[in-house]
Amino acid sequence: MSRAQSSHGPSRPPIAFVVLAAIAVVFFLLPLIGLLARTPWSDLVSLLASEVVADALVLSAIASFAAVTISTVVGVPLAWVLARVDFRGRALVRGLVLLPLVLPPVVGGAALLFALGRRGVVGEPLYEATGLVLPFSIWGVVIAVTFVSMPFLVLTVEGALRNVDVRFEGAAASLGAGGWTVFRRVTLPMIGPSLAAGMVLTWARAIGEFGATVTFAGNLAGETQTLPLAVFVALETNRDTATALSLLMVAISLTVLVLLRDRWLRPQ
Amino acid sequence: MAASTLRYGRLRVVSAVAVIGFLLTSCGGSSDASDEVRVSAASSLSLAFAALGSAFEALNPGVDVVLNIGGSSLLREQILEGAPVDVYASASTDTMAPIVDGGLSDGNATVFVRGFLAIAVPAGNPAHVTGLDDFGNEELLIGLCDVVVPCGAYARQVMSRAGVEPAVDTNEPNVRSLLTKIEAGELDAGIVYMTDVRSASGGVEGIEIPDAVNVAADYPIAVIVEGPNTVGGRAFVDFVMSGVGQEILAGFGFVTP
Repeated sequence: MSRAQSSHGPSRPPIAFVVLAAIAVVFFLLPLIGLLARTPWSDLVSLLASEVVADALVLSAIASFAAVTISTVVGVPLAWVLARVDFRGRALVRGLVLLPLVLPPVVGGAALLFALGRRGVVGEPLYEATGLVLPFSIWGVVIAVTFVSMPFLVLTVEGALRNVDVRFEGAAASLGAGGWTVFRRVTLPMIGPSLAAGMVLTWARAIGEFGATVTFAGNLAGETQTLPLAVFVALETNRDTATALSLLMVAISLTVLVLLRDRWLRPQ
Repeated sequence: MAASTLRYGRLRVVSAVAVIGFLLTSCGGSSDASDEVRVSAASSLSLAFAALGSAFEALNPGVDVVLNIGGSSLLREQILEGAPVDVYASASTDTMAPIVDGGLSDGNATVFVRGFLAIAVPAGNPAHVTGLDDFGNEELLIGLCDVVVPCGAYARQVMSRAGVEPAVDTNEPNVRSLLTKIEAGELDAGIVYMTDVRSASGGVEGIEIPDAVNVAADYPIAVIVEGPNTVGGRAFVDFVMSGVGQEILAGFGFVTP
C-alpha cells in the first residue's frame, strides 16, 4: 500500500488535503472499529462453525462470482457500444444502466419480481413454457445481485474506453486486423486495469447485496440465504453471531480487495 | 499521454460511482423538533399506527408523530443501541422483554391490542389452498415470516398445533415483505396477521385459521425513558389506550385485550 508514492507523485500535498483525507479515512474506519469492539473474539470460531454459515458462504461466493462473470460477458460489450457507437437514445440506455444505482435495492427486487417472477411480465410465459420459477432459487439470487452490481462494471469500462486513444485501434485496423482482433490485442490491454477495477467493484457490490436479493429471491437457509441475509436474520436473535458474520464478510472482502489491488490495479 | 489520461479517466469514473453510491445510500438527516413524538412500531401495525398518528396530530395541533416502521426485533435492536425513540410498539411480548428488563421502558409494557393469524393467498387463490394442511405440500410455494420475527414464531406455533410440517420456500424478514410476495402471486400461501389480510386492498384473500389452533398475538407498547420527548410519548400511549384509539385499532381488525 505504501510503496507507490516516491518517484512520480507531486512533491508535497497541500496540508488541507491531508487533513480532509484523514477525516475521510476516519469516517471509513469508525464503523470497522465499532464492529471490532463488539466482536466476541473468544467465541468467534464456534459462532462461525455452523452449517448455516457454511451454506451462506458458499452461496455468496457462487452468486458474486456468477455476477462478475455475467456482468463481464454482457457488460463489456455494452460499455463498448456506449463508448464507441453513436446512436439515437444512447443517453437513455446509459440512464437505464444507472437505474439499479438509483432504485433502492428493495424496490429493484420488487421490480424484478414483477418482471421475472412466476406471475411477471416475462416470468409468466417462461413459467408456462418451461416450468422454471426464478424466485426462491439460486437463479433468483444470481439475477438479483447481477442486476444491482453490473452498473459498476459498465460505467467503469465505458469511462476507460472513452479515454483510450482510438488512433491505436485505427492503426491496427489499417494493418488488417479484424474488429475482434483489434479489441482483444489493442483495446483490451489498454483498458485492462479499468476492467479489473470494474470487476472488483462489481464483486464487492454483489457480495454485500441484501435488499434486492431478499425481495426477489427470498430467504431460505441453504437455498437463497446469502451472507448478508444470514447477518440480517442473526441480528434479530443473536447479535454475537451477526457481528461474527459481519467480521467474516469484512475479512474476506478486504483480503480480496487488497490482494487484487496489489496484483492488478497497481498504477503503471 | 494515453496512459495518463486513461488512469485519470478510470479514477474519475470510480470516484463518480462512489459519490453516487454514497449519495444514494445515505439517509436523510434528522431534525430535533421537541414537538415530535417518535414511534417505533412493528410492521403489522403500520397502517393502524398511521391512522392513530394522524388522529393524535389532529387532537394536538403542532405535534408531529414520526413513525419508524420495521420488524419488531430490528426496532428493539435500534432502541437497545440508543436510537432516539419515544414509544415502542412491538408485535410480541418476547421482543419487548429485553427493553423492559434493560430498564429502557417507563415501567412495564402494556398489552394494548391483540391480533389473530390468518392464511393469506393471492387474489383468486390460484393454487386452491383450503387450509393449513396445504402448507405441507412440497409442490406449493409457501412463505412464512422468519422464526426470529413475531409473525414467524406465531406461525410456527400454529403449524405445530395443527400438526403440519410446513414446506417453506422462504422465511421473510417481516410481514410486509411476505405480503408483497403473496400479493404478487409469487407465493401460493403464507401465514400473516388477520389485520394484514383486511388491509391488503384486494391483492390478497384470507382463509380463516380454526380457533382451536390459532394464536393470539399480544401487542405490547411502552414509553422509552431515554427518548427525546417522553411527555409526548406518554400522551401518545394514553391516546392508544383510550376509547378513541381502541376504536381506530378495531377498524383495522385488532381486538381490545
